[in-house]
Amino acid sequence: MISLAKSFNKIFGNETLPLIGFLFFIVAVFAIATPKFLSAANFGSIAFQLPVLGLLTLAMLVPILSGGLNLAIIFTANLSGLAFAWTLIQFGGPDAGWVAFALGFMFALVVGALSGLVMGFVVAYIGAHPILVSLAMMIFLRGLGEFLTRGSDISGFPEYMNYIGHGSFLGIPIPLIIFIIVAIICHIMLKKTKHGFSVYMLGSNIEAAEYSGLHTKRTLTLLYTISGVICAIAGVLMAARFNSVRVGHGEALLLVTVLACFLGGVDPFGGFGRVLPVVIALVILQVLSSGLNLLGANQHLSTAVWGLFLIGVMALRWIAGNLPKFIKWKE
Amino acid sequence: MTSPSNEGAVALRLKNVTKIFGGVTALDAVNFDVKAGEVHCLAGENGCGKSTLIKIVTGVYTPEEGAEIEIFGELQNNITPTHARSLGIAVIWQDLSLFPHMSVAENICFDEMVGHTPKFVTTTSMNTKAAEVLARLGVSLDLDQRLNTLLIAQRQIVAIARSLMGETKLIFMDEPTASLTQTETDKLLEIVRNLSSQGVAIVFVSHRLAEVLDISSRVTVVRDGKLVGVYSTKGMTQAHLGELMTGTKLENQVVRATDHTASRPVLEIDGLSHYGEFEDVSFKIHAGEVVGLTGLIGAGRTELAHAIIGMTKLDKGTIKLDGNVTNFKSIRDAIKLGVAYVSEDRLSLGLIQPQSIADNTSISVLDKILNKLGLFSTFKKDALVDKWIKDLAVKIGQPEDPVSTLSGGNQQRVVLSKWLATEPKLLILDSPTVGVDVGARAGIFKIVRELANQGLAILLISDEVSEVLFNSDRILHMESGRIINQYNPNEVTIDNLEKQIYA
Repeated sequence: MISLAKSFNKIFGNETLPLIGFLFFIVAVFAIATPKFLSAANFGSIAFQLPVLGLLTLAMLVPILSGGLNLAIIFTANLSGLAFAWTLIQFGGPDAGWVAFALGFMFALVVGALSGLVMGFVVAYIGAHPILVSLAMMIFLRGLGEFLTRGSDISGFPEYMNYIGHGSFLGIPIPLIIFIIVAIICHIMLKKTKHGFSVYMLGSNIEAAEYSGLHTKRTLTLLYTISGVICAIAGVLMAARFNSVRVGHGEALLLVTVLACFLGGVDPFGGFGRVLPVVIALVILQVLSSGLNLLGANQHLSTAVWGLFLIGVMALRWIAGNLPKFIKWKE
Repeated sequence: MTSPSNEGAVALRLKNVTKIFGGVTALDAVNFDVKAGEVHCLAGENGCGKSTLIKIVTGVYTPEEGAEIEIFGELQNNITPTHARSLGIAVIWQDLSLFPHMSVAENICFDEMVGHTPKFVTTTSMNTKAAEVLARLGVSLDLDQRLNTLLIAQRQIVAIARSLMGETKLIFMDEPTASLTQTETDKLLEIVRNLSSQGVAIVFVSHRLAEVLDISSRVTVVRDGKLVGVYSTKGMTQAHLGELMTGTKLENQVVRATDHTASRPVLEIDGLSHYGEFEDVSFKIHAGEVVGLTGLIGAGRTELAHAIIGMTKLDKGTIKLDGNVTNFKSIRDAIKLGVAYVSEDRLSLGLIQPQSIADNTSISVLDKILNKLGLFSTFKKDALVDKWIKDLAVKIGQPEDPVSTLSGGNQQRVVLSKWLATEPKLLILDSPTVGVDVGARAGIFKIVRELANQGLAILLISDEVSEVLFNSDRILHMESGRIINQYNPNEVTIDNLEKQIYA
């Protein structure tokens, strides 16, 4: 049994097993508390709500692994969504066809990538701190977006956007499919490519990584660009989910993405963390909020529970990490 | 030297000290004693139990039952760190445990400022106290300077001054000279002698045997948690002490230099200059040759190495590799053409300490572990790592363990693995034995010699004269950015060479 857990940990990381255990625990608690919890409708709603937060979390995960942060994810997503919506409207709004969609999506990706590229370039070649750089970018994008939209909603999308945001394929929600694909690509990129390897290494010690011959500057630039691209995908999905684009949509999710990363066992100082435990952490957060919602709790209360929960996890992790020491002490 | 009145009195006596950590015996019935005012050396390889011993004396660990600890003639049970401090015992750990953003005076007076009974402190009173202690050491430092702007050697002095606050009568120094140059070391040893003559006993822990024999009157050798013996340093040789520490007969150090200047030159440096660092440096390294580059720290040795690997731009001169002029724009270009650089700073530049042994080994040859899709092949990576762990006999637990869990010698083997995997033509070793055990050093140089025999050109940078003398085929002496002399190891003696360099 122990060796089984060990080999599991070797493949999926040490954080995964406890998180899965915890997920089962809270699912069981909610299932007992309310019969509505174990229903297809509830799981369906979780599956539809998770992907936007999930994509944004992946966009946050990559910079955190490098020892940085991207505070501009929400507004990068908004601006990319705006670029997408603008393209659709140029092609007739509700009448826009798939070509318009493809063009709009490309435009969104370009905007997202550009935002990331600029941040990455400044972080890598000018050596400014990622928090400051992304904060500046966040303020810039927010101002730009509000200036362009005058703070209003952009809506009037073709019918297929509704399908992307709310439809299912083979019984699986389309947003979830998009998220799973992006998550798998992220995992492969991080664990199986030279770029991903470099992200982890420079996250631990950028100078030693440079001395070992890694392209640290190029890696930094690229990783923020990738973060921007993921934001763009999230931005288009948000447009589909909300059926509109507004600068400021999803603002409250910014810090939740950071916390989801840490809940998933990502080292806040960089160098360590994996996609799978972060995804499980996201599912836990979503299950918590929908379970509380079903119990009739206020939505604001569920946000408070998220916070408490994260503090609890950190305390538990500390205890688990120090348990051997306590035992030794007694000896 | 004035003899202190309590000469011969016992400062510290340990009897039958045993410490077991979860089944592993770190110390096994060890006896240890230090006389007042004595400089006593505690010698042994990494992991032999030296630190555990210090931590027991200072109350960090509690020994197993049956141990007797006598401090200044009084039997002590249940020592706590604060208690040990009040008894006049201080420890200066290798990392110094100072506060980088506080001033010199604040660092020195730190313990007073946060004592049991908090009191108001004024900068004046603090400065007076700090100045007094520094005067006692015979050094002057700017009291307001922030610690992180000081040289390591100066920080060391601050740490000593801090340990002297209060009625300190016994100081443990853990590897105090590990990151000092020879001149700085000499200065530190003088301070130690000075303190000893003031009646302060000092327990000196060091890897550098020459120093150990120079400074201390007696040496206690510990090996694998067991006491080997207590010896007078009179008549003790470095070789014998090394044998006692490692338990194996070290190969007699002999000069093994051979002339390779007729072979094909691998590296040809001509008129290399980077103003402010080095000037007009020219030399060649031939296939199979180990060229030693020595000189004081600050002579421009590391800077020269950085220029060869493309980390700094040159003002003048050419570097030829295998007869072709190179123009490295980054270390990556240098690696591609077969240059490998083992940094002097293994902790922060040589290895990525928190990451795994496997990752640290494969980091330089990522292209070799890709499959057809351009993704990492677990199979290829495991094979690569296994091969190097075997080839260089690295002692590890699991390849997934952080490289920081290894001893200095094994870490250095991982560094060598990582660079040898790139199949270099030229290997630059910058102070490769810093923080490496005596026993492990011999192993590293054995590898170096084998590599040279396989035709590698090797540049060995070191400020330990014996290291260069016994392991090079030719010695270059660098001073103030210029190569001022060249020696044949067969024609110079160690004393002569030391005089040339440190005079």
